[in-house]
Amino acid sequence: MNSFDIIGPVMVGPSSSHTAGAAKIGNISRKLLGTPVQNADIFFHGSFLATGKGHGTDKALIAGLLGFAVDDPRIADSFRYAEETGMQYRMSGIDLGEVHPNSVKLLLTGTDGRKIEIVAASVGGGAIQVTEIDGLPANFSGDYPTLVVNNVDQPGHVTEITSMLSHKSINIATMQLYRSGKGGNAVIVLECDQEVPDTAIRWLAHLEGILKVTYLGLKDNI
Amino acid sequence: MYQSFQEIINIEKTSGKSFWEIVRDDDCKEMELTAQEAFQRMKEMYEAMQNADASYDPALSSASGLVGRDGAKIAAAREKDTLLCGPFLGLVMEKAIKMGESNACMKRIVAAPTAGSCGVLPAVFLSLEEAKGYPEEEMVKALYVSAGIGGIIAQRASVSGAAGGCQAEIGAASAMAAGGVAYLLGGDGDTIAHAAALAMKNLLGLACDPVAGLVEVPCVKRNVIGAVNALTSADLSNAGIRSKIPPDEVFDAMRSVGRMLPEDLKETGKGGLAATPTGIAFRDNLKTF
Repeated sequence: MNSFDIIGPVMVGPSSSHTAGAAKIGNISRKLLGTPVQNADIFFHGSFLATGKGHGTDKALIAGLLGFAVDDPRIADSFRYAEETGMQYRMSGIDLGEVHPNSVKLLLTGTDGRKIEIVAASVGGGAIQVTEIDGLPANFSGDYPTLVVNNVDQPGHVTEITSMLSHKSINIATMQLYRSGKGGNAVIVLECDQEVPDTAIRWLAHLEGILKVTYLGLKDNI
Repeated sequence: MYQSFQEIINIEKTSGKSFWEIVRDDDCKEMELTAQEAFQRMKEMYEAMQNADASYDPALSSASGLVGRDGAKIAAAREKDTLLCGPFLGLVMEKAIKMGESNACMKRIVAAPTAGSCGVLPAVFLSLEEAKGYPEEEMVKALYVSAGIGGIIAQRASVSGAAGGCQAEIGAASAMAAGGVAYLLGGDGDTIAHAAALAMKNLLGLACDPVAGLVEVPCVKRNVIGAVNALTSADLSNAGIRSKIPPDEVFDAMRSVGRMLPEDLKETGKGGLAATPTGIAFRDNLKTF
């Protein structure tokens, strides 16, 4: 913790959890998609659903999907910017069950046809947690370069990824493994201390048994 | 960040450094910044507060319609000189209301420590700069004092309404501002600590009971009491009045009070003002998706 966790962040109001956090979820989701958003289906859960309209959660989330930062004054007018760029969206309520009250589910399609399904929560003070990607669990904050690898549940994939990262001198901060069932779809989520280069991501994506590689870089290259 | 006033006061005595320098030096270590870089970052926070104050739009209302347009009313009363509190406190009240309204109307603000309490520090510091002619550099140092106090509160108690009630938002902001003002008035670490403690004692146990769960009622207007309470507490401390309960113990009490507060009074929008018939009616009229 430092002084700027106390005095700051600079943000568009009214709520760090319901506005700034929602903008951050939009931003991270856009980066995970890896391309500008063409179409977004947005499902608000819990407190997001009950008080989201009053907190501008809807505007903030759309702003994030457009790539606006949490302190961008255009957040209040994000619907207009979405219309100008041709981004389509639909919003509705959902009951996601026993999840964080400030949760939202996003089905995104990119301008190049790429798709991703994300569930994320705004966990307080503007911090967020991505809790699900493409139907499989995840648990990361978006504050680190993050690699999400969907693969077939078979031996060797962890070694492939970790030796590649070691070769590139990338330190792993956290690592999670989940699978739908033995031999089924699995997902490996790695938060790293350094950015993972494009060439390494492309190399991974072509390995046998690797189904999809999603990368969240800290810089916005979209 | 430091976890107690006593630690900072001890360093002040042995090193001869001022409260704000001790807080800044800790940032430098934590964030690997030079003293100049750290000062510059805090200056940017102060400038963001100035910009937010200047960009108040008197025509705006919040999405719910519950707040907005009150800033202009207090400004008009101040200009007509009809305020019992006088022109200086009038300015403080005006800036506090305006910032709270700007936040509710989706304008750019500085959370300090939270978005709901974003009006307290700017109301106090910008008014002092404007009315009393303090140089901007002093205001940045005062913000560092406030940040140090906020760090102590965050670690001993909380700076989140959901965890500690409104005492952790408006209360924390008020204590932070009080210490900053005590510094500006020439107070040492002990005076700063007691200003913060006196401010918090007045707001211990304050419920977080937002109508319809929105950062609007009573949040916007509570920024006024947070700001004014900071000024009176700083004056008391600089006059030599001391909290009989030592400052660090006051914030330990804040933590235990926060834990004792029922969930209905911790940002759930279920108790207090939110549970009044009118509060419930506002909630039921709220649009959803």
